Amino acid sequence: MSSETKQILTTDGIPLEVSLKKAEKKNKIKAFLLVAPLLLFLIITYIFPIGEMFTRSIDDKMITNMLPKTFKEMESWDGQELPPEEVFSAFYYDYKALVEKQEHGKLGQRLNKEKNGFNSTTKRLFRNIKRKKIDESISIKEQIIKVHPNWNKVEYWQAIKRTAPPYTLAKYLKGMDMYYAPDGSIVQVDEDRRIHRILWLRTLEIAFFVTLFCFLMGYPIAHLLATLPMKYSNLLMICVLLPFWTSLLVRTASWMILLQQQGVVNDFFVMIGLVADDNRPEMMYNKVGTYVAMTQILLPFMVLPLYSVMKTISPSLMRAGKSLGGTPFVAFWKVYFPLTIPGIGAGCLLVFILAIGYYITPALVGGASGTLISNQIAFHMKQTLDWSFASAMGLMLLTGVLVIYWIYNKLVGVDNIKLG
Amino acid sequence: MSKNPEFVKFDKVDKSYDGKVLVVKDLQLDIAEGEFITMLGPSGSGKTTCLMMLAGFETPTHGEILLDGNIISNIPPHKRGIGMVFQNYALFPHMTVYENLAFPLRVRKVEKDEIDKKVDKALSMVSLSGFETRMPAQLSGGQQQRVAVARALVFDPAVVLMDEPLGALDKNLRESMQYEIKHIHESIGVTVVYVTHDQSEALTMSNRIAVFNDGKVQQLSNPAELYEKPVNSFVAEFIGENNTFNGEVIDIAKDKCKVKLENSEILANPISVKSKGEKTTVSLRPERALINPTDKMDNMFTGKIEEVIYHGDHTRVRLNLLGSSEFILKVPNSTSNLELKVSQDINIGWNSVDARALDPK
Repeated sequence: MSSETKQILTTDGIPLEVSLKKAEKKNKIKAFLLVAPLLLFLIITYIFPIGEMFTRSIDDKMITNMLPKTFKEMESWDGQELPPEEVFSAFYYDYKALVEKQEHGKLGQRLNKEKNGFNSTTKRLFRNIKRKKIDESISIKEQIIKVHPNWNKVEYWQAIKRTAPPYTLAKYLKGMDMYYAPDGSIVQVDEDRRIHRILWLRTLEIAFFVTLFCFLMGYPIAHLLATLPMKYSNLLMICVLLPFWTSLLVRTASWMILLQQQGVVNDFFVMIGLVADDNRPEMMYNKVGTYVAMTQILLPFMVLPLYSVMKTISPSLMRAGKSLGGTPFVAFWKVYFPLTIPGIGAGCLLVFILAIGYYITPALVGGASGTLISNQIAFHMKQTLDWSFASAMGLMLLTGVLVIYWIYNKLVGVDNIKLG
Repeated sequence: MSKNPEFVKFDKVDKSYDGKVLVVKDLQLDIAEGEFITMLGPSGSGKTTCLMMLAGFETPTHGEILLDGNIISNIPPHKRGIGMVFQNYALFPHMTVYENLAFPLRVRKVEKDEIDKKVDKALSMVSLSGFETRMPAQLSGGQQQRVAVARALVFDPAVVLMDEPLGALDKNLRESMQYEIKHIHESIGVTVVYVTHDQSEALTMSNRIAVFNDGKVQQLSNPAELYEKPVNSFVAEFIGENNTFNGEVIDIAKDKCKVKLENSEILANPISVKSKGEKTTVSLRPERALINPTDKMDNMFTGKIEEVIYHGDHTRVRLNLLGSSEFILKVPNSTSNLELKVSQDINIGWNSVDARALDPK
C-alpha cells in the first residue's frame, strides 16, 4: 500500500480541506457576530476604563507640557548644584507664558505636592512678573533668586526636574506610603503617617476572616441543602437566597439597626443579663460591624458554589466509605471533603475577591477602624479629587486580586474551580 | 469448620419509613455461611430496604438482624465488617484504583506491606492487575464494576452485599460479569447477598433466590425449583414466561384436578387448590407445550396461529387457544422446523403435571 496521502475531493471537485475551511469560516463569523455586542460592551465599559485608569494613574504630562523649554535646558544640568542661567531664563519664559494663559496657579499647586513651599514661591514670582519687575535684558537668574530665597535652594530645582518625565510612579509609591526623596531615591514616609499600609493590611485581614467565617458557616448549610429532601431544601434555599433579592443598602441599614448600641442585639444582651445596661458593647463603627455585616452579605457566594458541587456527590460514596469500615468522620474527611474542594476553592476565591474590594458596607458600618482600601479610594475620588491617586490604588487592588488568583491557580488549579 | 446455616438471620423484621405503610413485613430469612442468595423482586418490593438494613444504613422498625449469632441492629455500618457493592459502583473518584482498594485496609490500620499484598491479590482476582494507578474515571464501566467488587472483598468481609451491581452495564458485559462474580464467589466462599430485579441474573448466579413482593418473601428456593415449581402465581408470573388460564376447579384428585375455563376444561396439577369450587390460575411454561406431540399427553387442543416472531435460537408463536389469544409457544430452532404460518391451525399438547393450578390472580 502506498503511504502517499491522496487529496480527497468533494463531489464538486473542490478539495475537501478547502471546502471544510470555508464551512468553518462561516460558522466562526456567525459565532463572532453573536458575541460581538457583548465584546463591544465589555471593551467600552471594562477594558477601556481600566486602560484609562492606568494612564491616569501614571500620567504626569501636565508639567511636562507647561515647562517645555525648562526641561529642554535641564537635560544638560547635572542636578547637583544650582542650575545655570539658561535654565533660569527658560523657566522664566515658560512661566511667563503660563501667566499670560492664567495657568500658573495649577503649576504652583502641582509643584507644591512635589515640594512644600512651592506655592508661595511661585506666587511671588507671579506677582513680580505681573508688575513687570523682571528686566529681561540682564541676568534672569539673579533676579529670580532675589524674588524668593527658595529659588536659591537646589532642592526646589531638583523637584522641578523630577517632574520632567511624562510618566511617574509617584502615585503608586504614595499608595504604599513611600515617596521620591529630593535626590530621586524611594523612601518611606514617617512611621506615624503610614496610613495606607495599615489599610491594605486591614483589607487583607478582613477579607481573609470574612472568607473564613463564610466558609465555616456556609459549608454545613450547603451540605444540608444538598442532602435534605426537596421540599425542605427549597425552603432553605430561599432563605439563603433572600439576601440576594434584598437591596444591599437595605441589608446594611438593617444591620445598623441591629448592631447599634441601643439596637436590637444589645437590647437582647441586656435583657438576658449578658452585659450591663450602662456598658453596652460597641458592635458597629468598628471591625466587628464590618465582619458581621460582610459575612452575612457574602454568605450566598460561598453557599452556592459549595451547594452545586455537593449536589453532584452521590450519597452512596459516603455509604461506601462507612461500609468499608471508615467511621463517619473518616468517611467525611477522606471521601466527602476532598470531593468538595472545587466548591471550596470557588467559594473562597469568590468571597475573598468580593470582600477585598467591598465598599458600601464598610463605609456604613465600619467606622474609622473598619474601613477598607476601597473606602480610601472613594475618599480620593470624591473628597480630594486626586483621581490619579484613586486610579493607582484601584489598579493596585486589581493587581492584588490577579496575584491572588494566580497563586490560587498554582496551588489548586483553576480547572478545579466549580461554580456550578 | 462446619457451615453455619443461620449465618445471617432476619428475625421477624418489619420496616416502615412513614409509620403508615410497612415496606418489609414480618421478614423471616436465614442465610447460610458461604451461600449466594439473591433477593429478587420488582421495584418497591422491599428487597433493597432489606439489604440496607443488613448493611446498617437503615434500622428495622421491629425485629432483629443477627450476624453469626450476634444481634447487629445497633451496630453502626462501619463496625459491621460487611462489604458492599453499590449500584453505581460508588468508587471514590479522587482516589486511584490502588487507593480505593487500600481504603478499607488503611482505616483498619493494616500495615503497608500487607495492604500491597492484599490489593495485589484482589486486583488479580478480578483480572485488573496493573491498573493500580488509574483513576476510576479512566476505566470502562465493566472495569469500574470489577474494582468495586474487589474493593468490597479486599478486607475479607464475612458477608458481601451487592445492590444491583450490574444494572448499568450493557447486556453482553452484564452476562460475562455474572459468571465472573459467580466464579469469585465459588473460589473464595464468601457469603453473598445479591439484590436484583433481573430474573435471569438471579437464576444464573444464585444458590437460592428469595422472591420479594409487597414486603414479603413469596418463595425462597433454588433457581431450578423456583422456575419449575413456583408456589404462587406472582412467582410464576415474575420468573420466566408463563401462560395462564383463569378458571374454577370442578374436580380434584391427589395429583390432578380438572379446571373449568370459560368454555372448555383442562387438567392441571393442584398446587394451591384444595377443594372443588375454588378459583384458580393455571400456569404453564411456554416451552412445556408441544406442537403435534408424538407422546400421549393428557391435554390436547387445537389453536390458531396469530403471530410468529423469529428470535434466532427460537421462534415465538402466539396462538389463539382456549378462548385466549395470548398463548405463547417457544419453538426451538432445529433442522426439522415446521413451517409455521399465521392463521394456520395446529395441535398443541402438554402434561397436566406441568400445568400448575395456583392461587387466583
